[in-house]
Amino acid sequence: MLLISCPHCGPRCESEFANGGEAHIERPKDPETLSDADWAEFVFFRDNPKGLVLERWNHAQGCRRWFNAARDSVTYEILAVYPMGSPPPALDPKRYV
Amino acid sequence: MIETYLRQNALAHLGLEGREPSSDAAVRLHEKSLPTAVNLRGEKDDPTFLEAVNGALGLGLPVEPNTAAQNETLAILWLGPNEWLLVRHDVSPEAEAQLSASLRDALGDIHSAVTEVGESLVCIHISGPRAADVIAKGCPLDLHPSAFGGAGHCAQSHLSKTAITLHQLSNEDEGGPDYDLYTRRSFADYLWRWLSDAAREYSGG
Ligand SMILES: [Zn+2]
Repeated sequence: MLLISCPHCGPRCESEFANGGEAHIERPKDPETLSDADWAEFVFFRDNPKGLVLERWNHAQGCRRWFNAARDSVTYEILAVYPMGSPPPALDPKRYV
Repeated sequence: MIETYLRQNALAHLGLEGREPSSDAAVRLHEKSLPTAVNLRGEKDDPTFLEAVNGALGLGLPVEPNTAAQNETLAILWLGPNEWLLVRHDVSPEAEAQLSASLRDALGDIHSAVTEVGESLVCIHISGPRAADVIAKGCPLDLHPSAFGGAGHCAQSHLSKTAITLHQLSNEDEGGPDYDLYTRRSFADYLWRWLSDAAREYSGG
């Protein structure tokens, strides 16, 4: 079980949180110009890297606030948490490939 | 507010009256009567908001995470960076509307939200030397005073499959610990039965 540091409540058990998928995916600003392939890319396709992942989490059974986290998908180590709407902090993640 | 004659404690159907555990039991469970509760949202960095609330309640909002403020009549639980739960016990059914009205009057145009939520909640009081052990069976919070902080601290988490708000009222060296445990009314029956079952091994019988 992961121990996740909610930016508001402090370190809490993973079971209090809900994962919100990959972070920093921006809704297209001009949707009427998008092709089906572009839509599919936006709606369905996600990166699945070995190593650093940036994802959204919600403290669902706590303060119910959203935040971003940087996690190593191999070790599950949470490298940083940072607010929604902010770019990720400078990190020096382990490289596997 | 619903009609007064329809107000009923969430666990009224269990007939708990007259079946209270003895005062020396290792774990004692008790349903507090329908709480008066108001959810308050506002900006903690806005001094006019904090002052208006303080003026209306005579008690300052706890802005430190996971802490509660309390006087003789009112408890204020920190729920998030801009959210609090105000609770009173054993007061008249009109108290909730009065509490929210006095807040709305004081807040005026200040960016905020006041919502009456008492009828959505149940409050189970749990006390006794093994109270924390019972909660720990289904809750990931570390209830040791060095981690949880002891009396005057609160947290939202889950107990078994139920979302809870936990408020520690007293410490072990003060005859405690004891806790107010809040959950949604619709989970009251489930949570009560879960707690009763979890406490059974400490009942000595
Ligand atoms: Zn939180």
